[in-house]
Amino acid sequence: MAHAVATPEIQLPTIPLRELGPWALLFALLTTVVVFFISADQGAVSVPSGTAIHEWVHDARHLLGYPCH
Amino acid sequence: MTARAFLVRGLLVGLLAGLATFATAYVVGEPHVEAALQVEEAHAATETDEAGHHDDVAVVPRTQQRTLGLLTGSLSIATVLGGTVALVAAGTVGRVGRLSPRQSTGLVALIGFVAVALVPFLKYPASPPAVGSADTIGARTTDYFGFLLVSVVVAVLATGLALRLLDRHGAFTAGLAGVAAYVVAMVAVGSLMPAVDELGDFPADTLWYFRRASIATLTVMWAAIGIGLAGLVGRLHDRERAVVARRELAASL
Repeated sequence: MAHAVATPEIQLPTIPLRELGPWALLFALLTTVVVFFISADQGAVSVPSGTAIHEWVHDARHLLGYPCH
Repeated sequence: MTARAFLVRGLLVGLLAGLATFATAYVVGEPHVEAALQVEEAHAATETDEAGHHDDVAVVPRTQQRTLGLLTGSLSIATVLGGTVALVAAGTVGRVGRLSPRQSTGLVALIGFVAVALVPFLKYPASPPAVGSADTIGARTTDYFGFLLVSVVVAVLATGLALRLLDRHGAFTAGLAGVAAYVVAMVAVGSLMPAVDELGDFPADTLWYFRRASIATLTVMWAAIGIGLAGLVGRLHDRERAVVARRELAASL
């Protein structure tokens, strides 16, 4: 019985990595920049100098688990 | 299914997850941030002129930090995470055994939560204001992101190991081997990396409430992204399959 019923082979879609590459690269860079400004800027490193960004996202930084002081 | 279709859904889900993250952080987390700030103020009042860093001039008032500031951070992080998870899911769809797009997307989000949020939290947990010295922020930042990076790389390698074992040994053994490899490697790395010990006499209850709120916030964010994206990707796949089925039916007539 179990042998008689062949599991219907559902064709799973795949996305070619060549197509995915540029999206992945661009978004990885964007993610790095955003995460830097939200999580670490004006803590260990400051771009630009000052504390305005740090203070603005201060609570998110603490609650999302990034090191802060 | 295209990279674009995944990314659009990831950004949308991330934005909504950001709202959920903000709501959780505001309701569950903010009371304990305030409690920690009161501890800090009480300290500053007793210790006269201890090179105070927070109490000079408020660049951003608390009312904005706990509302718009928190919202900015939550929306930004959740949106880029949603997009990132979506693109990783796009790369894995159809490549994880016979998992459907819905399932493989959910799996990516689950592994992401463990590797990016949970395990880094276990080694370097979130700390409220007043815990953590300004002098060590450099080292703590390096350690945190170093550990996070190692965790992500190890998770990718462990998943690759599991996928290699999948065909010959089955899902159970492959999954077990992947999880075991990740856990062993992260315990080893975690025990080698420096611990943070800056608590002083900060009240333990306040610390625990804050950390519980923090991991709850992170969990809400990842759960919203994972469930939302798996749902949308699944619906997209269902729709595409229905189109293919109709076309095949039409061709067979």
